[in-house]
Amino acid sequence: MRATAQGTGLVEAPVNAPRPGEVLPGRARGAPLRREGPAKLTGTAKYTDDLVFPGAWYGATIRSTEPHARLLGIDLEPGFDWSKVVVLTARDIPGDNIVSALHDDQPALADDVIRHHAEPVALVAAPDRATLREAKRRVRLRTEPLPPVFDPLQSEQVFASYEIGSGDVEAAMASAHLVVEGEYRVGHQEQLYIENNAMIAVPRADGGVTIHGSMQCPYYVHTALKRALGLTDEAAVVVQEETGGGFGGKEEYPSIIAVHAALLAQRVGRPVRMIYDRHEDLAATTKRHPAIVRYRTGVSADGRLVAQDVEVVMDGGAYCTLSPVVLSRGSLHAGGPYACEAVRVRSRAVATNTPPNGAFRGFGAPQTQFAAEMQVNRVAERLEMSPAELRRRWAYREGDSTPTGQVLRESVAAEEVLERAVEASEFERVRAQTRKAREGRGPSSRSASGIGLALAWHGAGFTGSGEVHLASVAGVELGADAIVRVLIASTEIGQGTNTIFPQLVSEELGVPIEAVEMARVDTSVVPNSGPTVASRTAMVVGGLVIGASRGLRKSVEERTGRTFAESYREYAAQNGALRVDQRFEPYAGINFDDDTYRGDAYPCFGWACAVVELDVDLDTAEVTVRSVVSADDVGKVIHPVMAEGQVEGGTLQAVGYATIEEIKLDNGRYMNDRLATYLIPTALDAPRITAILVEKPYSGVPHGAKGVGELPMDVVAPAVVAAIHDATGVWIHELPATPERILAALGRP
Amino acid sequence: MSADAGYQFQVNGAPVQVDVPGMRRLLDVLREDLALTGTKEGCGEGECGACSVIVDGAVVDACLVPVCQVEGSDVRTVEGLAPSGDETAADPAFPGPLSPLQQAFLEAGGAQCGICTPGMLMAAQAFLNAGGEPTDEGIREAIAGNLCRCTGYTKIIEAIAMAAERPATAQRP
Repeated sequence: MRATAQGTGLVEAPVNAPRPGEVLPGRARGAPLRREGPAKLTGTAKYTDDLVFPGAWYGATIRSTEPHARLLGIDLEPGFDWSKVVVLTARDIPGDNIVSALHDDQPALADDVIRHHAEPVALVAAPDRATLREAKRRVRLRTEPLPPVFDPLQSEQVFASYEIGSGDVEAAMASAHLVVEGEYRVGHQEQLYIENNAMIAVPRADGGVTIHGSMQCPYYVHTALKRALGLTDEAAVVVQEETGGGFGGKEEYPSIIAVHAALLAQRVGRPVRMIYDRHEDLAATTKRHPAIVRYRTGVSADGRLVAQDVEVVMDGGAYCTLSPVVLSRGSLHAGGPYACEAVRVRSRAVATNTPPNGAFRGFGAPQTQFAAEMQVNRVAERLEMSPAELRRRWAYREGDSTPTGQVLRESVAAEEVLERAVEASEFERVRAQTRKAREGRGPSSRSASGIGLALAWHGAGFTGSGEVHLASVAGVELGADAIVRVLIASTEIGQGTNTIFPQLVSEELGVPIEAVEMARVDTSVVPNSGPTVASRTAMVVGGLVIGASRGLRKSVEERTGRTFAESYREYAAQNGALRVDQRFEPYAGINFDDDTYRGDAYPCFGWACAVVELDVDLDTAEVTVRSVVSADDVGKVIHPVMAEGQVEGGTLQAVGYATIEEIKLDNGRYMNDRLATYLIPTALDAPRITAILVEKPYSGVPHGAKGVGELPMDVVAPAVVAAIHDATGVWIHELPATPERILAALGRP
Repeated sequence: MSADAGYQFQVNGAPVQVDVPGMRRLLDVLREDLALTGTKEGCGEGECGACSVIVDGAVVDACLVPVCQVEGSDVRTVEGLAPSGDETAADPAFPGPLSPLQQAFLEAGGAQCGICTPGMLMAAQAFLNAGGEPTDEGIREAIAGNLCRCTGYTKIIEAIAMAAERPATAQRP
């Protein structure tokens, strides 16, 4: 087969296709059009797998087929010309056999012990795909099975644990008039970006390697390359190409793929393409952490929230990855957005012999807030009170203290998002209707409607002292060509980075948005503005870029004596380029003690309320989510269309999490590791989504923005389950709320 | 079709001939042999619709179609949506470089990460070409084979409805 057959004939690209980065006329509801939108819409945007590197080889990963085993040897079957290909194992790694992350426990290639199914054990590269397939088939792993651990409650290996709280929980619980207890379970969830993971490594003349790939965090990849390949800062270059979605799934996992591709490229001496197919991506890459949350809520006789006692166990999978920080965020959000004087959160993340879990939009908070909101809705039921009214009484207000002792001094919008969502959805009116329908329902009823509500908060930026440790840097440069360039490693992954930064900078400098460009995300060009995670880009990096813009403006204006807008072209022509970098400085008055877990866990919080309406088929228990109203406080809206897009997309991911997205495991292997069996919502499954943006600015950043990416993901699943309860009268304690679970709760076989 | 002459068909109105095995996927022929990388691969098994193209007026997943099946056919990809220079000049309503559907996606926010976008556009264009009723249900049905993980489909549906209202949105095959 000729894999590189040449076509003949003339197929023209669009004659007038916009140039990369060209700004087209027109507006998106008053805001600028998506910067790279024309390229994406005409098919000219280049994602990693679209790039052509002449002479490139194809790389593949040999993976374990057991959950836990001793690796005795790697055999190459005879009868194949192994000189045609390159095979690498752990022994061929020039640097440390470690994927750089929080702990040094994960090898780039398993050495003596296999700890999970689909663990990388060896690498193969070949000049064409057919040879690669043939070689891959003929690599045999000799192993000796070891006993696996799959139940997180049985695991003795703890990656991290926390105890957070305030007040005397036992005494408060003993004094409570009503105590509601519950155990909740949530499973794995796949990020399911539509572009699979992809990396191409190109050997460099200086002995290093350049990576072109799909990723959220170029500097994470950079650090991992340096460590595993023993490279200097300069010899490891990472370029982010157009990236087809991330959602956390391209936060830490790309590091290991880049290391694999780089190892092969260095050995082969040619570019090596490491492009995962959907099956490999599903089988091997990180998922949302499953969790078991046990919860006790104490309520006084007059209906006040007096005690919360929470125990969280998260399944980290075989290696630590980001589990300590996922658990930390989950634990800090476990009480929900409610004032309570006596709170205890005890949590641990443990190892099991399953593929490692990692970052996914929400980062631990959706898991614990599902439990928190289930509890609040169940308390409302016990008190025979509207779930909205109960939240009016309990929700945080300015001046309240959180379980870490953080005083919420500003930017608290719990009540506002609640009222906006309740009003837009006509929550009480619909709830009265569904109640009436439920009471009048006979045994012949075939379907039932329900409405449910939930409230959530989401800490903005990195947890605790995270931002201080990151010490991110952003640059803004006036080029000799009179173009202003934004220099950041923060990536465009669909959320709008390429559009909102030119907006912020052009506004700050008073220049047209066309005068501002985004520098290519290349670690040899842009400073480390930190990872594109934690809803931090708009808030934290946005603040840095505004700071750098102000510095640039001041320098130019001092020199020219006129406004930046009037004089920057002339300045550039006379003086050449001028670049100003801004380094992160701690937000005033924000202090956190990483050892005691006391203080300001986040500089501020975003707030969200969702109201869900759905129908349940009473014969099949199939759930049809009809509508979701999500009111989200994002501090300050930079681009309304893109901010709404974040809320809408996050909402549907959460609807999928609540209803259909589930991974089944068999002996530590994901059984539904194909897109035919791991289902996400289609356009027909998707509800009508109404995004309401609320603005309660944060004063710690000049533009007031708090971030929007994760907030909508936290709030929807418990609202779905509350609506199922409203329709059917049963509580589902485990996600997803599948027909099987609903039928079981209804007492039907 | 004799093997030496390869397979002949039209792509975006231009005749092409490829000398490849008949079972080679149309997706690979487009992406690798014809360098039209606008058509994306998301799953390789017909579940995601990222590789949707229009063959003789019907939307198909290019990952499921062997090239031998498009012999003599008219294949349309995302690269063929935007008007050529002449067409642009002839259509004063849309002087820009994008088609009305692409422009509506751009204005409404129908593309985020963009990887599902080419396939989504082709499914939507086929729907509009066929004179589909641009109701919410009609549009949802038309794009039900195209997965998007970014948008919740909200602004995609809005964009398609917006495009349907505009003149010259349907394209001749």
